[in-house]
Amino acid sequence: MTTDAPAERIAVAFARVLRGAGLQVPLGNVLTFVEALGTLDLERRDAVYWAGRTTLVRRPEDHPLYDRAFAVFWERLGATDDADDEQEPLKITLTTDDDEGGDSGEAEASDNPQITLRFSAVETLRNKDFAEYSDDELHQAQAFMHRLRVAGPPRRSFRRRAHRRGRHPDLRRTVRAALRSGGEPIDRRWQEPGERMRRLVLLLDVSGSMEPYARAMLRFVQAAVSGRQRVEAFAIGTRLTRITRELGSRDPDKALALAGQRVHDWSGGTRLGECLREFNDQWGVRGMARGAIVVVLSDGWDRGDPAVLGEQMQRLHRIAHDVVWVNPLKVTPGYAPLARGMAAALPHIDHFVEGHSLEAMERLAATIAGDV
Amino acid sequence: MAPGLTFTPMDRPPATPDDVARALSDHGYIPDEGLATAIFLAVTLRRPLLLEGEAGVGKTEVAKVLSRWTGGRLIRLQCYEGIDASQAVYDWDYSRQLLHLRAAEASGESRGLGTEALEQQLYDERFLLKRALLEAVSHHDAVPPVLLIDEVDRADDEFEAFLLEVLSEFQVTVPELGRFSVDPQHRPLVVLTSNRTRDVHDALKRRCLYHWVEHPTFEREVGIVRLRVPQVLEPLARQVAAATERLRDLHLYKPPGVAETIDWAQALSALGVSQLDERTVAATLGTVLKYREDQERTRQYGIADLVKQALERGTAS
Repeated sequence: MTTDAPAERIAVAFARVLRGAGLQVPLGNVLTFVEALGTLDLERRDAVYWAGRTTLVRRPEDHPLYDRAFAVFWERLGATDDADDEQEPLKITLTTDDDEGGDSGEAEASDNPQITLRFSAVETLRNKDFAEYSDDELHQAQAFMHRLRVAGPPRRSFRRRAHRRGRHPDLRRTVRAALRSGGEPIDRRWQEPGERMRRLVLLLDVSGSMEPYARAMLRFVQAAVSGRQRVEAFAIGTRLTRITRELGSRDPDKALALAGQRVHDWSGGTRLGECLREFNDQWGVRGMARGAIVVVLSDGWDRGDPAVLGEQMQRLHRIAHDVVWVNPLKVTPGYAPLARGMAAALPHIDHFVEGHSLEAMERLAATIAGDV
Repeated sequence: MAPGLTFTPMDRPPATPDDVARALSDHGYIPDEGLATAIFLAVTLRRPLLLEGEAGVGKTEVAKVLSRWTGGRLIRLQCYEGIDASQAVYDWDYSRQLLHLRAAEASGESRGLGTEALEQQLYDERFLLKRALLEAVSHHDAVPPVLLIDEVDRADDEFEAFLLEVLSEFQVTVPELGRFSVDPQHRPLVVLTSNRTRDVHDALKRRCLYHWVEHPTFEREVGIVRLRVPQVLEPLARQVAAATERLRDLHLYKPPGVAETIDWAQALSALGVSQLDERTVAATLGTVLKYREDQERTRQYGIADLVKQALERGTAS
């Protein structure tokens, strides 16, 4: 790897390759990379490799991308072989914005006769099964879901806050008050434990059997994620995909499109147990699910070993504050949780609820808030 | 270890990542090449270093060994949910302030003074309780300290935003006293660790050098055991490392980290064992696996098999 080009030009060119591969590389990091190259022996492949990885990559998920880009750029290996391995990302088909539908600016304008019409449309939609939704109706449902407040009950926080009749003396504010009375702490101040939001974790089944419902439920998840902090979202199917970042965008269409690109196993098979295990290992038990409200949105059809699912649900149940399972099939007359996965999971669930319609989702929001 | 090989980055900065690797192993830590490069860059460019990885791969240990190597004091900030400025930056010693007020009152001193003068007395550096972050940016040590911000993923977003500010400017303002800062040559070495229970904010990551710490390779782990538990002889060290390596492949809830390997080796050496056998492994499994389910799974897998594989792998070189 000998070259006459100055380090800056190499670094900038490499950063462009990385960006082309889909990595986010801010300019500041490129400058650090240049600085780092200045201190290292450029003839050594490993030194350059590690300098780049340390300064330009910030997530372990990006390491394979980085490795490939590094190989292409620094070692000039055949790029074509690698490109073939790359999976073509599947896209969710999204409803396209037709002229009068879904424009929130328009919907919010007052004195518009269309609003009442639109609202009553939502009213009739409330009990309709998601599986029978048209694309347009899905779009209207989205606006409705954004109005739902999806938030868990607060828990006591470590921090205390000032309170008129608290249980703990507030020395800081007592000193401040004492200053005003010439140093005599006449006026005592108190404090109480504060409150914080519980984390909310949403696990959405995107496998083939859930297809009719997943489209609507993804919108519910997106509304929850963009609505407030401390919400995490994952797609589960044949593998676990974290979609929190993708869904974080304020613009629902953009968010859904991003999530669609991220999830590679959309409408594929189901390995609920395996995915839950991965969630528990990688995120949940490490801290994300601890004391959190965990919501699984799934029909419980699992092609894997039901024992695995049962075991993982038990693990999850042990650390979570509340485990909610949302099953769109629950409303079906005569429904019994016969899917083996569902039966294995049931003993480890706090709330087993419906999820087939807007009204059901409204009740779900209430369940999450602890009102039920 | 020849004393001539050790040096502090202050009077003789490392020239290459290899220097770092050598110096750290002199002080009881064996880094792989990636980590050595990351530490080299952190020392040379004076950038904070963010280490992420599984629990027990030795992230926190990096800060400790940096402190031993440089001779700088270790300032540790353990993060947790709800950590705030009074625990991370500074607090006023309110009880002493109150006492001071009462004393001033009793001696009649406060009558002569205005409220403002009294307040000035109260908000003096002697009533200031410096916590880790303020301590690190207001130190007067000859050797810059090592600031360890441990498990930053447990703290809240607001705290991260504040941390970002401190790590960019290396200064902290106490409204009553003014600004504390440290000149660039004496900036502390900063190590942040995260178990990745959630993503650390991108802005903070951008400020830092980033390294994902992996479980050590077999040979490196043998080296670590030999270094940390010198009374354990080479064959047993190899067997223990081999057995732990095997355990990591069993899909356990909590695969054993380096810390567990070291604990295990220590336990075996305390028992006077010189070679792994089924009975000792069964008796000491609790030092490596801390979940009942994990121990169960290992027993199902077969401790005899585990020992057999460890002996094979341990003797082959």
